[in-house]
Amino acid sequence: MLVESKLDPKAALVSEICAAGEPWMKEIHTGQIFRILDLKGNQAVDTLFYNAHAPEERYSAIDTIQRQRNLYLGVGTQLISTEGNPMLTIVADNCGRHDTLGGACAQESNTIRYAHDKRFMHACRDNFMSAIQHDYTHGMGKRDITHNINFFMNVPVTPQGGLTFEDGISAPGKYVELRAEMDVICLISNCPQLNNPCNGYNPTPIRLLIWDERADRP
Amino acid sequence: MQAVSKNVPAGPVLWEETVPGGAHWSGVMRRGTALRFTDLEAGANVAVLFWNFEEKNERYNMPDTLKAQHTAFLTHGHCGFSDMGRVLFSIVADTAGWHDTVCGVMDDALMNERFGTKRFQEHRNAMQRSGKEGLLKEMGRWGLGKRDLHANVNLFSKVTADIDGNLVFVAGKPAGTFVDLRFDMDVLLALSTCPHPLDPISAYEPKPVRLSAWRAGIAPADDYCRNFRGENQRAFENTARYFAD
Repeated sequence: MLVESKLDPKAALVSEICAAGEPWMKEIHTGQIFRILDLKGNQAVDTLFYNAHAPEERYSAIDTIQRQRNLYLGVGTQLISTEGNPMLTIVADNCGRHDTLGGACAQESNTIRYAHDKRFMHACRDNFMSAIQHDYTHGMGKRDITHNINFFMNVPVTPQGGLTFEDGISAPGKYVELRAEMDVICLISNCPQLNNPCNGYNPTPIRLLIWDERADRP
Repeated sequence: MQAVSKNVPAGPVLWEETVPGGAHWSGVMRRGTALRFTDLEAGANVAVLFWNFEEKNERYNMPDTLKAQHTAFLTHGHCGFSDMGRVLFSIVADTAGWHDTVCGVMDDALMNERFGTKRFQEHRNAMQRSGKEGLLKEMGRWGLGKRDLHANVNLFSKVTADIDGNLVFVAGKPAGTFVDLRFDMDVLLALSTCPHPLDPISAYEPKPVRLSAWRAGIAPADDYCRNFRGENQRAFENTARYFAD
């Protein structure tokens, strides 16, 4: 289901570019609206969310899938935490489908998936590691890096149980918008993967916007 | 597909244990040992988590396991990959054909909502226990906590998706269905025998599972799981490097 946003980017509290292959970490407060904008198209955005006050509570792909009895994320999806609480709700989306089974690329998984000599290519896990190593406030480590969301990524599962990474269905200007249901930390890796079509073999920048909770009311 | 033997595994059984329905268990399985899980009465679900016993930061990674093997479920030939690019376990025999790994476990809130509450106070050991609590209790024994709780495997449970991603639980495997896991590293596993979260059962009647351990040996060069895909071969190469084979 596609739902257009009525929010004006000029009214956003935060509007930042995250370059291809870089991490981004920021708190989003209850009621605020968070938009991830695919500027150039076909850009996978690997995303994790944590309870800002107790990061042991975090986004749970399996609990989200279990509660909605559906594999894909779209408008109306509630992102469910490891404690069974709604963390954010997808309120607008002009792309249509987002993945939460594909996980993040890592040097180690690149050796399995492609070849041993791909180990030293940049990967999402290194962005996550870098962000948490430099974060002094939340005390996170490797154990906290769980199964993420891949916004704008297309990972269809067949009724027979096949799973593949397909060409993206995103395009320049596609976005997804989420309303925070609790105070969360958002941790993003703007995916640097060059070995599969998840970024159209050309990783590109994204824009991240946050609106105040009253921005969508007259 | 290679034919699956219904016979008792080669070599003497090291030990056997029947885990009642609704219970939990954990233990270390050394490299080259194997475990048969047998669904004794039909309808069992076993939620299992896996770690490298030597470095418990290294754990079963559902997305890496699925995307590397281009599958949304697990069966004979598949391996369970760690987040460090190694093989924790291989499915060396399977009469079930499909094991879910994307739906997680039921927590207390969901269990109580569906089946009502049954406390020890009134029901003694017929009390209701959730899969998530069982896993956490076992993990605590090894110094692990909620931060270490990632996506599990649900042995014996089949959940299919339609083209829109809607999930359906598929029941119907007979009593005696089994799956054999060979451990390709020293693996700590924790398990719970609670119902699958999407199983549409109307009453909480979890089923028992028998565990049978034996020495299977380290995966040989012509091993079916090792050669299932190029991805599996490379994961075994990473594992061999870890053990200095």
